Amino acid sequence: MVPLWMYLAVAAALFCLGTYTVLSRKNAVAVLMGVELMLNAVNLNLVAFWRFQSPLNMAGQAFTAFVLVVAAAEAAVGLAIIISMYRSRRSVTVDDVDMLRW
Amino acid sequence: MIDLTNINILPWLVPVGPLLAFAIIILITNRSKMVPATDKHEYGGHHPDYDGMTVPVVTPLSRVLSITVGLSGIIASLAIAWTIAGAATNFNGVFGQEVFAHSVEWLATGTTALRMGVMIDPLNTLMLIMVPLAVLCIFIYSIGYMAHDPRQSRFFSLISLFASAMLTLVVADNLLLMFVGWEIMGLCSYMLIGFWFEKDSAYKAAVKAFTTTRVADVIMFLGIVYLYSLTGTLNFRDILYNPEVLEKLGSTPALLFTGMTASSLIGVFLIIGTVGKSAQFPLHVWLPDAMEGPTPVSAMIHAAAMVSAGVYAVIRMYPLFEVGAHPHEGLMNTPLMVLTIIGGFTALFAATIAVAQNDVKKVLAYSTISQLGFMIAALGVGAYVAAAFHLITHAFFKALLFMASGSVIHAMEHGEHHVHDHGHDDDDEDEDHAHGAIAHAIEAHSHDSHAHDAHDSHGHDAHGAHVDHGHEDAHTGHKFDPQDMMNMGGLSKRIPVTFITFVIGGLSLAGFPLITAGFWSKDEILAEAWTGAAKGFGPHAFVFFMLAAAAFLTAFYTARQLCLTFLGEARTEEAKHAGLGGPSNVISITMQLPLIILAFFAVVAGFVGVPSDFPVLGGIFSPSHPWFSHFVENALVEPGPHPVFNWIPLLTSFAVAGGGLFLGWWMYGRKPLKAGEPDPLVNILGPMHNVLKNKYYFDELYAIIFIKPAQAISKATGDFIDKGIIDGILHAIATAFRFTGDLIKTFNLWLIDGFGDSIGQGIGWVGSRLRFVQTGRVQNYLLMVVFFALVLGLIFIASAGTAAN
Repeated sequence: MVPLWMYLAVAAALFCLGTYTVLSRKNAVAVLMGVELMLNAVNLNLVAFWRFQSPLNMAGQAFTAFVLVVAAAEAAVGLAIIISMYRSRRSVTVDDVDMLRW
Repeated sequence: MIDLTNINILPWLVPVGPLLAFAIIILITNRSKMVPATDKHEYGGHHPDYDGMTVPVVTPLSRVLSITVGLSGIIASLAIAWTIAGAATNFNGVFGQEVFAHSVEWLATGTTALRMGVMIDPLNTLMLIMVPLAVLCIFIYSIGYMAHDPRQSRFFSLISLFASAMLTLVVADNLLLMFVGWEIMGLCSYMLIGFWFEKDSAYKAAVKAFTTTRVADVIMFLGIVYLYSLTGTLNFRDILYNPEVLEKLGSTPALLFTGMTASSLIGVFLIIGTVGKSAQFPLHVWLPDAMEGPTPVSAMIHAAAMVSAGVYAVIRMYPLFEVGAHPHEGLMNTPLMVLTIIGGFTALFAATIAVAQNDVKKVLAYSTISQLGFMIAALGVGAYVAAAFHLITHAFFKALLFMASGSVIHAMEHGEHHVHDHGHDDDDEDEDHAHGAIAHAIEAHSHDSHAHDAHDSHGHDAHGAHVDHGHEDAHTGHKFDPQDMMNMGGLSKRIPVTFITFVIGGLSLAGFPLITAGFWSKDEILAEAWTGAAKGFGPHAFVFFMLAAAAFLTAFYTARQLCLTFLGEARTEEAKHAGLGGPSNVISITMQLPLIILAFFAVVAGFVGVPSDFPVLGGIFSPSHPWFSHFVENALVEPGPHPVFNWIPLLTSFAVAGGGLFLGWWMYGRKPLKAGEPDPLVNILGPMHNVLKNKYYFDELYAIIFIKPAQAISKATGDFIDKGIIDGILHAIATAFRFTGDLIKTFNLWLIDGFGDSIGQGIGWVGSRLRFVQTGRVQNYLLMVVFFALVLGLIFIASAGTAAN
C-alpha cells in the first residue's frame, strides 16, 4: 500500500507547479490553468487525508466534491472575464491589464 | 341672548355707537389721494399752510360716509343715553340708593377678580344728558367747520372715538374702566390737538398736552393701584357706599407719607390726576395750547369731554376724599384742602390771564381753566352738588362759546379770502366755498396759472416760521391773524346768528343775573361757600372771596371779548368782509344750528337748580325743592345741608357779574376801539399787562425748571452714563472677550488643528508611500499572497510547536 507521505509529496509538487504557473506565465489562460492545478493538489490532499485518517467520516470527500464544483464555476467565470478582457483590449496578457493601480 | 330692553344692560350700549363709527370710518373709507395743495385758501383756511406740499384728499364718497356714520353713532348714543336718563328720572323709589348696574367678570387676578361693568346713578345720568347732546352739536358743527379739510374722515373717526371714550368713562362702574376711558381720551386729545400736524405749533401743543396729562395720570394710577391693594376692589359702590371700607381706609396710615391716612393719600393722588386732566394750576399749561386743534376739538375738550371728566372723577370719588372730614362743619382734611387751594387759586389766576389775551380762543381757554377752578374749589368746601351743577351748565355754554368763536374765525377767514381774491377773482364766493376739496385742488391749478404771482412770492418761505394761525397778507403787508380780536370789530352785522348766540353764551359765562344758567350754578357755589364763611371757616371764606373776584374778572373779560369782536366798526378790511357765505349754504347752517340748540340750554339749564327759598323765582321753578340737587344728592352717601338763602352771596353775584360786565362795556363798548387804537388795558395795567399777556411766563418758567434740566439731564446721561459707563462697560467686555477669543483661536490653530491636520497628513504620507505597492499587475499581488501565506504558515508551525510543548 502506498504510504500517505507519497500522496502528500505528489500533491505538494503539483501545488508548487501550479503556483509557479500562476506567478510566472503571462497568458491569462495559463494563469487560470495554474489555479486549476493548485486546486487539484488540494483535492488530492483532502482525499489522501480522508482515506488515511478518518475513512468513516465522509467530510473529506464532500469537500473535494465542493472544490470540484467551485473550480468549475471559477473556470467558467475566469474564462468569461478573459474573453471580455480580450474583447476590450485585444490581448490576454495579464501585464496589459494593469489599470487598477495608483 | 341679551335682553336689550333691560334697563340694567342698556348702559353697555351707550359708548358702542361712536366706537362702531370709529371702526367703520377707519376701516371702510377710502385711502385719501395725494393732491398737490397749491392754494392754501382753497381748504377753507383753518389749516396750516399746506402750500408746496401734497395733501391727502378724501374722496367725496368717503366724506359723506364718515359724516353719516359719525352722526349715526352719536345719535344712537344720544337715544340710548336719554332713554336711560328718562328711566332714571321716572324711577320709582330713591334713585341713587338703587341704581341700574350690570357687570361681568373681567380679569381674574389671584383670588379676587376684577369686574367690568356699567352703572347709572343720578350723577352720571346728568352726564348722560349733557355729553351726547353736546357731542352731537359738535358733530353737526364739524360738518361745516371741517367741510374743506382734506382729512375729514380721520377727523370724524377720531372724534367718534373721543366721544366713545367719554361715554365709557361716564357709564363705568369702577375706577379701572373709568381710567381706561380717561386714557383713551388722552390719546384722542393728542391726535386731535395735533390734527394739523404739518404745523409746528400744533404738534408741539399735542405733545405738551399729552405729556402734561401723562404726568398727572401716572400719579393717579398710583392712587388707583394703592386703593386696589388696600380694598381689593375698584367698584365705586363697593368702596364709596361701604362705610366699613371707608373707615378702614381712613384709619390705615399711609405708606411712606407719615401723618396721612391712606384715604388722604389716595385722594391726593386722584386729585393730581384731575389737576392734569382738568388743567388746574400748576398743570394748566397744556389747555391754552390745545387751541391749536380744530375748533370742534376745542369744544370737545373744553366742554363735553376731557376737562369735564376730571371734575366728574372727583365728584364720583367724593366720599373717599371726605373720609375723616366734614366740610360743612368746617372740618377739613388734606384732599379737601388741596382741592380748595388749587381750585380757588386757579379760578382767579386763570381769570387774570384771560383779561389780557387777544386771541378769541385763548380767552375762552383761560376762562375754562378758571371755571373748572370754580368747580374744584366748590368740591373742596363740600359743595359737590353745586359743582356738578356748574359742570353741566358750563359744558353747555362753553361748548356754545367755543363753537361760536369757531364760526367767528371761519367768518374772518372768509373775509380774508375775499380780500385776497378781490383783485382778480370776482366770482361768487359762496358757490366757490361749497365745492369739494378735489375740485378745489384742481381749480387751484387754474388759479395759479393766471393770477397767483402774489401768493407765490410770500407763501413758501413764510409758512415755516408761523407760530400761530396768521397768514401773511399780500395787500397790506402785515401778518393777518383771523383769531386776533384786535382784527375784528363790527361782526354783529356780518354774522348775526353767531352774534346773538355768542352773547347768550357770554352772558351765561359771566353769570348775568336771573336769566342765564351760569348765574344759577355760580350763585349756588358762592352761596355754599358763604354758608361756611359765615360760620367763620377759613377755607370757605378763601373760596368765597377768590371766586367772587374771579367771577368779576370773568364778567369783565367776557364783556371785553364781546365788545372787541362784535361791536363798533370793523377794524380791518377782512372783518368788513367777514361772513359765513350767506344764510342758506351748508356751512352756514351746520355751523349755526348747534349754536342755537346750545344757546337754548345755556339759558334753561339753570332753572332746574333754582333754590326753593329764592325770592319769587324759587316758588316758580322749584316749589318744594330744587330738582337738580334733589336728584343728585342721592348719588353720594350723605347729602350735605342745603344752604339757607342769604342776600349776601346773591348780592355779591349780582354785583360781580353786573359790575364786571358794566366795566367791560364801559371800557370797550361805550366807544369801541378804532383800527390801530391800543387796548386801553395796556395803559391801565402798565407792565402788569405784559405779565398777564404772557401768562405769568409759566411756559418760560416751566421751560427753565423742567424742560431745560430734563434736556440737560438727558444729555448728561447720554454722554456720561450711556456713552461713558454703559458703553464703557460694554466695550471693556467686548475687548476682554476678543482677547480670550484670540487666545482660544491660537490654541485651536496650534493644538487641535495641528492634531487634526497631522492625522490627515500622516495618512496621506503613508498612502503616498504605500501606493507603489499597487502595481496593477496581478502576478505581483499573487506573489505577495504566496509570500505572506508562507510567512503565516511558518508562524503557524512555530506556534504549533510551542503549543505542543
